[in-house]
Amino acid sequence: MKMKTLAAMALAGAMAAGPAMAELVIPDLSYRTGPYAAGGTPFSDGYQDYFNLLNARDGGIGGESVRIIECETGYNTEKGVECYEATKGEGALIYQPLSTGITYQLIPKATADGIPMHTMGYGRTSAANGEVFNWVFNYPANYWDAASVAVNYLLDENGGDLSGKTIALVYHNSAYGKEPIRTLEELSAKHGFTLTQLAVDHPGQEQKSQWLQIRRERPDYVLMWGWGVMNQVAVQEAANIGFPMENFIGNWWAGAEHDVTPAGMAANGYKSLNMNRVVDYPVLGEIKALVHDAGNAAGDGSNLGSVLYVRGMYAAMLAAEAIANAQEIHGVTAVTPAMVRDGMEALDITAARMAELGMDGIGPEFAVSCENHGGSGQGLVQQWNAADGIWVPLTDFIAPDDGVIDPLIAEDSAAFAAESNITPGCL
Amino acid sequence: MSADFLYGIEVIINGLMAGVLYALVALGFVLIFKASGIFNYAQGVMALFAALTLVGIMEGQVPFSHLINAILGTEIHDFGWEVPALLAILLTLIVMVGFAWAVQQFVFRHLVGQEPIILFMATIGLAYFLEGVGDLMWGSDIKTLAIGLPQGGSIWVEEFTSGLGGDGFYGFFIDKLDMVATIVAAVLVIGLIVFAQYTKQGRAMRAVADDHQAALSVGISLNFIWVLVWSLAGLVALVAGVMWGAKSGVQFSLSLIALKALPVLMLGGFTSIPGAIVGGLVIGVGEKLFEYTIGAPFLGGATENWFAYMLALIFLVFRPQGLFGEKMIERV
Repeated sequence: MKMKTLAAMALAGAMAAGPAMAELVIPDLSYRTGPYAAGGTPFSDGYQDYFNLLNARDGGIGGESVRIIECETGYNTEKGVECYEATKGEGALIYQPLSTGITYQLIPKATADGIPMHTMGYGRTSAANGEVFNWVFNYPANYWDAASVAVNYLLDENGGDLSGKTIALVYHNSAYGKEPIRTLEELSAKHGFTLTQLAVDHPGQEQKSQWLQIRRERPDYVLMWGWGVMNQVAVQEAANIGFPMENFIGNWWAGAEHDVTPAGMAANGYKSLNMNRVVDYPVLGEIKALVHDAGNAAGDGSNLGSVLYVRGMYAAMLAAEAIANAQEIHGVTAVTPAMVRDGMEALDITAARMAELGMDGIGPEFAVSCENHGGSGQGLVQQWNAADGIWVPLTDFIAPDDGVIDPLIAEDSAAFAAESNITPGCL
Repeated sequence: MSADFLYGIEVIINGLMAGVLYALVALGFVLIFKASGIFNYAQGVMALFAALTLVGIMEGQVPFSHLINAILGTEIHDFGWEVPALLAILLTLIVMVGFAWAVQQFVFRHLVGQEPIILFMATIGLAYFLEGVGDLMWGSDIKTLAIGLPQGGSIWVEEFTSGLGGDGFYGFFIDKLDMVATIVAAVLVIGLIVFAQYTKQGRAMRAVADDHQAALSVGISLNFIWVLVWSLAGLVALVAGVMWGAKSGVQFSLSLIALKALPVLMLGGFTSIPGAIVGGLVIGVGEKLFEYTIGAPFLGGATENWFAYMLALIFLVFRPQGLFGEKMIERV
């Protein structure tokens, strides 16, 4: 009798409350504190503000509001894993770890839990092979693409011939920093340039030895795979030794405003890759009007339109498009992580769609498939204009050398599949 | 002379300059350890906090503005004025003295007589607390330190020395900022020595360093001396923060410069100001020369961090008290 009464009360309560409002839960593994906060904060602001815009303007995605759960990782791998464990039970649909270290730890966990992960331009490069990494996506480009895009740009600058040239790679002495070495070695053999490798120990505050070596050896170009304080010190040291800044190219994690501003005018002309073009998009105006002016900004509003803010916004757009895809494929609005994975695998980002979203040309056109989770791999080159304090896109999106990169991805992913007992295939 | 030989000399010169920067950080550790027996884990964070405060004051930033805005819903960020560098340095020093007083008043006064490990743990807590307060006060973005310090290699030195070698030698590279840091460090050390030798407070500080009980018995206030010592460590932290911050911008990685001071302390001893200087120079030259001759050509580079510790370890094995440290003799 008592049980019947309780059940009736519960049913009555549920009916009185009306139909349950589903939410699309998106965790944001951010880092707003610690040594890497200058990079983590604008990305997180852009990521959250775009979802806030969708909530304010469209009522969410497909009528379902987005709930963001922010968790501070401090760019610390252990904390990142804790954040994952703490948020996955909330119904997390997709993770953007924003750290190669955290990504490596989460690959087996997210795969076991059936939650898709988007590691945009970072993480495990061979995750581009979707037949091995069913739950991991690294579109629109990866580290090896970046190395190849840089070399293709230099080929273009040198009339298609780099033979006899010397390229120095200044890299963070970590798994992240060493990522482009194999690709650059292959490209060095193919194009006949000499590759010099200069490792910089973490955190990169002291680089005098490396830049004295560059001054002695006078390479034609310097490429940099840096992050955090290493970037600011490298730009300053390059300026100190009088290295031509237009011949100094950082990867896309060494090309934000805060990487160059400490060096002042001396940083003028420094170049970097970017996976997303940074211009004044109409969507930024919408975010200003509907999110910031409404008092719902994720941060203090000061990062709006910066390189990493736009990248965070771009990442959110790609996630939102995948969710919308999932809703369309499965015919439901309250999607599950598995459905979002299907949406990611069916993603087709066209120029028309980017323009429609108020982000005309923000990224390259690309389509994702079961076999290719890495997108087109294209990147562009931008240059710092110190007088105006802006990054200026120098090129259109440049394609990588798939002939070199695809075999490397196949080799590395096959090794991972063998050691993890994975039988490659589509879900 | 061959270019390789001349570049070797260039590496030594730059190693000496880098060593001065390491010694600047190590000095703060020595001051506090000598006077109070506390190994101050927070010294690196103090350098960060001092530099953050200096830039914040110079730019007229409202302290805790993010917190104020979040609580009150306001949009306050700065006062709308800029403070000249010298005045800002003075105001920062006042803040660091206030910090020294607070540390003594609220932490170490309550830990008198505790084991050294307890005091060390307290400084770990202090480090994280201060880092958090720095973040709340001034924000976590990277700040440009614009106090007019010169940057770049000295063209004069380069041109003057370029004729020493053949075609492959481009003259010595010496960073102007490193030259300034060397002069500032020299002035700072001379100032500290003069202060310790010729002032009443300095002599009291030395007396406390020698024997707490004896100092107390002649009427020296331990509380005052420890506030004084933490204030001096704050001054040293400000100088170190400014010099390192001028290279990279003022950012939270600055706290990690403490890692560069540890091998210097192991080598120079925890209780000697000249030891910190000589230790810094030995580590600076040693790591740069090793990287130039062996690390980069044969070991793939990035040897400086571990080589500095290995060098310090070798010294530690043969001379545990460091080059200039006081030898501990305990009779039983």
